[in-house]
Amino acid sequence: MLHLFTEPFALGFMRRALIGCLALSCAAPPLGVFLVLRRMSLMSDVLQHGVLPGIAVGAAVAGMSVWAMGLGGVAAGLMVALLAGWLARGRGAHEDSQLAGVYLIALALGVALISAQRGIDLTHILFGSVLAVDDSALYAIAGVVTLALPALALIWRPLILESLDPGFLAATGGRGAIWHMTFLALVVLCVVAGFVALGTLMSVGLMMLPAIGARHWSGSLQGQVKASVLLAAIASVVGLLLSYYTDIPAGPAIVLTAGALWMLGLLISSLAERGSVR
Amino acid sequence: MNPPAIRFDGVTLRHGPREVIRDLTGTFAPGSLIALTGENGAGKTTLLRALAGLHPLTAGAIDRGGLAPSDIALLPQGSQLDRSFPIACRDVVALGLAGRVGPFRGIGRAQLQQADTALEAVGLPALGRRAIGALSAGQFQRVLFARLMLQDAPVLLLDEPFAAVDTATAHDLLRILHRWHAEHRTIVTVLHDLDMARDHFPDSLHLSGGNAVWGKTAAWTPRAAA
Repeated sequence: MLHLFTEPFALGFMRRALIGCLALSCAAPPLGVFLVLRRMSLMSDVLQHGVLPGIAVGAAVAGMSVWAMGLGGVAAGLMVALLAGWLARGRGAHEDSQLAGVYLIALALGVALISAQRGIDLTHILFGSVLAVDDSALYAIAGVVTLALPALALIWRPLILESLDPGFLAATGGRGAIWHMTFLALVVLCVVAGFVALGTLMSVGLMMLPAIGARHWSGSLQGQVKASVLLAAIASVVGLLLSYYTDIPAGPAIVLTAGALWMLGLLISSLAERGSVR
Repeated sequence: MNPPAIRFDGVTLRHGPREVIRDLTGTFAPGSLIALTGENGAGKTTLLRALAGLHPLTAGAIDRGGLAPSDIALLPQGSQLDRSFPIACRDVVALGLAGRVGPFRGIGRAQLQQADTALEAVGLPALGRRAIGALSAGQFQRVLFARLMLQDAPVLLLDEPFAAVDTATAHDLLRILHRWHAEHRTIVTVLHDLDMARDHFPDSLHLSGGNAVWGKTAAWTPRAAA
């Protein structure tokens, strides 16, 4: 029985995918917790589509190089984040409709740019492939996580204050925009870092679903952050096994597992609630 | 506390396209306790925001006597604070120190102790670990007062602080206000209850249709001040 769990990870590419996903599980979900608390879940959609044109340009310039595609993705993601921030400061329409407009354009542009090139599999870019997690992809993921975790720790308090009470931060002379943009930059980095294994469309899933599910396991911010990391790690292991045995791409498999964990938490917490009402 | 006088010199403020305050000139004396009154839309909130450096002046100048706008504590009406955020009361109160501590220096055990003491002073002992989402409107306003205590600002601006609280809470919060007054802080409070203004606030500034009337609430006719 146990060998069903261990056997797949005897393979090199599965081990690399596992390490990459576990590393991402340490950094991405805590950022997701803040996205959820700041009611910016839509922003994660915008960024996941926003990085796509940049990845396509990177691929056009340097082929399937992880670094070129990654740099392109980060540049495009940051541009989209700035654009969204500019749109949010009142340009005449509702913010959510404008964000939807941005990501639709970005997705279409990204798909068009990738389709125009030969030898690049769109499915791999959108949904990921564990086979593509080579050493340089692992270094990229590890580098991003190594940067993102201390950065999040550094901006922890101002980010909480900016999420909790932006009016108070402004009134006490704090500049909220700095923390907001630093935070978004970290989100972009993590989305891009995840795309090799999970695909651009699924990379945000490892960030958001454990974060959404975490609130069923803890009532405090610290507790939710820890729960989100744990949920993401479980989803990574189970999802990769699922992918191995069923031939589903790794991205959707991990995201489906994270989704199932969320539903499980939802079920348990609503049962507990009913129990306590009775 | 020895706050400087705050002088308005020909201050004009717009709210959107509308000019709400025109050519306001006058002084908040150091350590005065001022009731800011006037009908809805008279520019009371806009004036407080301008004082706190959060609203641009259309014309004129505000002389804060060397205070930075961020040295002036503002308690907005219907605070923007997100009450569904998973955070404990004492942490919210301790964040009152954030302006002085800065983004990176630590808020440690001593500061959290300070937060607990402030919570005790506003009548919420032992609620330090309670999540803010679990508080009543009155308890929440008390928490915001505790946060003001930690801000320790020489000038305080309160926008309708008693609007959403019951009589007992208003009574307790007024006592805190008087303690701040005894410490010679300058306090400007937006009020609609004119009896309360006359009973507790010696000075007043009444805004109406772009004009301002400075005065002593003691000069108001009892029960007919409006």
